Amino acid sequence: MRIVQAKEITEAVAKLCWEACYYLPEDVLAGFKEAERTEASPIGKSILQQLLVNAEEAKVNHMPYCHDTGMAVVFIEIGQDVHVTGGNFLDCVQEGVRVGYRDGFLRKSVVGDPLLRVNTNDNTPAVVHTDIVPGDQVKITVLPKGGGSENMSAMKFLLPGEGAKGVKDFVLQTIKNAGGKACPPVVVGVGIGGSFDKVTNLAKHAVLREIGVHHPDPHIAELEAELLEEINNTGIGPQGLGGTSTALWVPIETYACHITALPVAVNIQCHAARKKTAIV
Amino acid sequence: MAEYRLKTPLTDEDIEMLRIGDSVLLTGTIYMARDAAHKRMVELLEANKPLPVNLKGEIIFYAGPCPPKPGQIIGPVAPTTAYRMDPYAPAMYEYGVKGTIGKGPRREMVKEACKEFKAISFAAIGGLSTILSRRITDVELVAYEDLGPEAIRRLEVEDFPLLVAYDSYGDDLYEQEIPKYENYQNNKGVVS
Repeated sequence: MRIVQAKEITEAVAKLCWEACYYLPEDVLAGFKEAERTEASPIGKSILQQLLVNAEEAKVNHMPYCHDTGMAVVFIEIGQDVHVTGGNFLDCVQEGVRVGYRDGFLRKSVVGDPLLRVNTNDNTPAVVHTDIVPGDQVKITVLPKGGGSENMSAMKFLLPGEGAKGVKDFVLQTIKNAGGKACPPVVVGVGIGGSFDKVTNLAKHAVLREIGVHHPDPHIAELEAELLEEINNTGIGPQGLGGTSTALWVPIETYACHITALPVAVNIQCHAARKKTAIV
Repeated sequence: MAEYRLKTPLTDEDIEMLRIGDSVLLTGTIYMARDAAHKRMVELLEANKPLPVNLKGEIIFYAGPCPPKPGQIIGPVAPTTAYRMDPYAPAMYEYGVKGTIGKGPRREMVKEACKEFKAISFAAIGGLSTILSRRITDVELVAYEDLGPEAIRRLEVEDFPLLVAYDSYGDDLYEQEIPKYENYQNNKGVVS
């Protein structure tokens, strides 16, 4: 058994919040560069060039790449041989978000009650997903999720017989409906299978996968490639102002499901495709 | 697709001149307001009450900034998704707002309002927050402080980069551009 101090969790989460917002991941920057190289629309090409400059300025000046520093979604894998001491584990995670958004000068974009809508002024609470895994480490990933693209995400139960074609139609329909509202070029996280709750979780996890990495199952990898091509043939383009770079990547995650069901979820991630992981 | 450098307030001649796809570098005063502020303002307009700040002839920037770091006047900021303000936009244009700045496509009601009330809906690049914040030279919080990042702020901007997305003739840049690139790969790279 390994002892982990609660304050180590707080410190790690805080640092991940601002680092994620300041420094776009290398795979996303590589995606921008490739999109800029191939983009057919002059407006689209100019937008991609400006996004690359924006990313560089954010990095050099340690400033948020995008002002919508999101609602923090925190994924934690806790090794079963870890014992956390010195505080309530989940409170430490929320405290990390509070400190990270305060000290990182990130925008506070969370309202406490969805109907009364009063800003909590510290960006808490975060959405926290925990998994218990083998080992004696704690792996923490912070995904600061912007509102514009999250708003365009969707979930549907298809009939089992609709199969891969039904999945493709639903994903494409969701992307067309989102258009420029989701701040393309986007990463399209897709979940297939599981239950009502599981499928959206799959789609969210898919967004975390590195751009350029396909699903290990060949038929899912093929579906990813086909969807990427078809999404980039919609014409939506950067910011929805026309072009050939609508999506940077289409990662799909799958799970077993009931004989009656074929659930599909699409979680759209805007071009501020931020994610940052640390191990405690 | 012309390029202009314009100063606020926009004149009727400026608005008549602007067509979709035109680039504008805007200098002068604009007002930042988004969802929560619009809800309050449109409730005031419906009750025939004055707005907390006079926006007749002005331009509204749909946005909410990050807090400034020490030494900055404002943190990063870029437009939020414009369609969420669509239900409020016709009332604001009718009241006398001459331009709005957002990102993404808008609904028919906004196109019609721009035509009817001779106004513009501009697009700026969503997420271009570090770059855009450097074009802001002064900031003053003028209303609804309790809304935090959603409060109304008066900004002075210099060469703020915009595209005309919807003009006063009822034209739509998104509708014009997207079909050109539809099935681009299948058409062997020919812009239709």
